[in-house]
Amino acid sequence: MAKKFLYLNRKAPYGSVYALESLEVVLIAAAFEQEVSLAFLDDGVYQIAKGQNPKAIGMKNFSPTYNALGDYGITKMYVERESLAERGLTEDDLMPIVYEDEDDDYAEKPSVQVVSRMEMAQIMAEQDVTFSF
Amino acid sequence: MKYTLMINEGPYQHQASDTALQFARAALEKGHEIFRVFFYHDGVNNGTRLAVPPKDDRMLQKEWSELAEKHGLDLVICIAAAQRRGLMDASEAKRQGLNADNIAAGFRISGLGQLIEGGIEADRTLVFGD
Amino acid sequence: MAMLHIVNKSPFERNALKSCLGHTSAGDSILLIEDAVVGALTGTVMAPELQVAMQDQAVAVYALGPDLAARGLSAERVLPGLQVVDYAGFVDLTVANEKTQSWL
Repeated sequence: MAKKFLYLNRKAPYGSVYALESLEVVLIAAAFEQEVSLAFLDDGVYQIAKGQNPKAIGMKNFSPTYNALGDYGITKMYVERESLAERGLTEDDLMPIVYEDEDDDYAEKPSVQVVSRMEMAQIMAEQDVTFSF
Repeated sequence: MKYTLMINEGPYQHQASDTALQFARAALEKGHEIFRVFFYHDGVNNGTRLAVPPKDDRMLQKEWSELAEKHGLDLVICIAAAQRRGLMDASEAKRQGLNADNIAAGFRISGLGQLIEGGIEADRTLVFGD
Repeated sequence: MAMLHIVNKSPFERNALKSCLGHTSAGDSILLIEDAVVGALTGTVMAPELQVAMQDQAVAVYALGPDLAARGLSAERVLPGLQVVDYAGFVDLTVANEKTQSWL
């Protein structure tokens, strides 16, 4: 039976390697027949912020990879509304990440779901394995 | 109970590896099984045999090696994280055209799939990090 | 389907414990380890929130004794109702709770 895996992201990108190497795990995880969800809360919401350009700090912009996750069958990306609000952000500040739903004539659907803190707690409680970064 | 432990920080810099080691010892003492210990991020540095801490300090790398030998633990270092940080076994060093390796006894280098498999196989997966 | 939340950050420096407290359900447990044990004591700005979690939200809170001792913090100074455990107790908590989640 497939297990539910949650990738819990609470740190901003670039200042440390956690966001990038978390994404590398997620890409590998996609090859296993398991249920994968990503959670972005606290400073983790900055990982999927629009308009990232780390060129001048000498690092690679890995944010486009989040957009490719749909092609790997990873379509559940939960963002906490309260975390956004605390940081003066809204959903419009996030990348418009979508996937093609093969069960619905390849219609483009949003991968990002903004959820309340209470819903996030529920999502966490439903997991079998949580990898924190 | 069958455990997979993930260790995300290097030795000495952060307490994560110490806590995981104490947890592993306590779990084994209670008769539980450690299915795998997976070292990721700077945690790969727990697997170098070239660390020479001061004599009055603990020797974390050696303690992991010894625990692995005593209990047949599977200590896995993530290859992608290891390559970034210069942690090599003999075959990987050769493949990269490097003239040295530094992996400690009891550790092996493998892919991230080993972490996912650990999560699938274990009853409990715990993450130790910063 | 209770969860063990493991927190290892001082609540006076990082928001991990605060964030954790916003995501617990009744029947869950929180274990404070490493630097997080400084949040286990009475008289801190975190104390009221932890007391609410323990008394009103049916969340059990634990602190790792060896980490308290290492930092010179007496187990007698922890909040009433907060339980001090050793590494064996840590293991037992991971057995008693079906899930674990680290708040790194």
